[in-house]
Amino acid sequence: MSEAAQSTFVYVTYIRTSAEKLWSALFQPEFTRQYWYGMDMVCDWKVGASWQLRFADGRVGDTGEVLEIDPPRRLVLRWQNEFRPELKAEGPATCVFDLAPSGEIVKLTITHSSARKDSQLIVAVCGGWPKILSNLKSLLETGEPMTRERL
Amino acid sequence: MSEDEVFRALADASRRTLLDRLHRRNGQTLNELCEGLDMSRQAVTKHLSILEGANLIAVQRQGREKLHFINPVPINDIAERWLAKFQRSHLRAVSALKKALENDHE
Repeated sequence: MSEAAQSTFVYVTYIRTSAEKLWSALFQPEFTRQYWYGMDMVCDWKVGASWQLRFADGRVGDTGEVLEIDPPRRLVLRWQNEFRPELKAEGPATCVFDLAPSGEIVKLTITHSSARKDSQLIVAVCGGWPKILSNLKSLLETGEPMTRERL
Repeated sequence: MSEDEVFRALADASRRTLLDRLHRRNGQTLNELCEGLDMSRQAVTKHLSILEGANLIAVQRQGREKLHFINPVPINDIAERWLAKFQRSHLRAVSALKKALENDHE
């Protein structure tokens, strides 16, 4: 987390899987489409590479850049909303994925933060991440996401 | 990280107060959380460790400080497990309707 972060949300979930499987599930299109309402990421997965999160219909939802990558342990993205003008105007946020395996369980921590005080982007993603993570956990542990529809 | 632990952690008014305070302002230090509370520092520390054990809060270091963040994931799991299922019949009906209408176009 950056020292300047003013708005931060932290999401923690424990998933019965391996760090390698969780890493693939988080970033590979054939996985994300199953639990992230059809969304996928476009990226070369190296430092400095551009990153996009796309809706199922191909529209670009968010863009950014890989700031740090250490598979299957840590990914840091610069995260810029593109589809809601008021969120886009806030400028980029930072999203950190930390995977910490312990036995048969991996602790996944997602830290989404913005240098803006009272960032609306951070509030907006707050509604999304818990559902996405519940779905992801269910997919990895049972082979089925909880829901493919946006609730 | 069982559902029992989450419900046990939530079954205490002081711990719910701490979660409410973090919901109002996320990322507080122990000192900030203790401010204006009718609880000893030791009691707050104990409650925070139970909340952390149930994964309801996450603790992160920022410089020399330890900041406490509310973790909305287990609350969402409870909502989906215990609340959404009572609405599921509606969802199924809507989803069946959507399928029927979409198939019409083919």
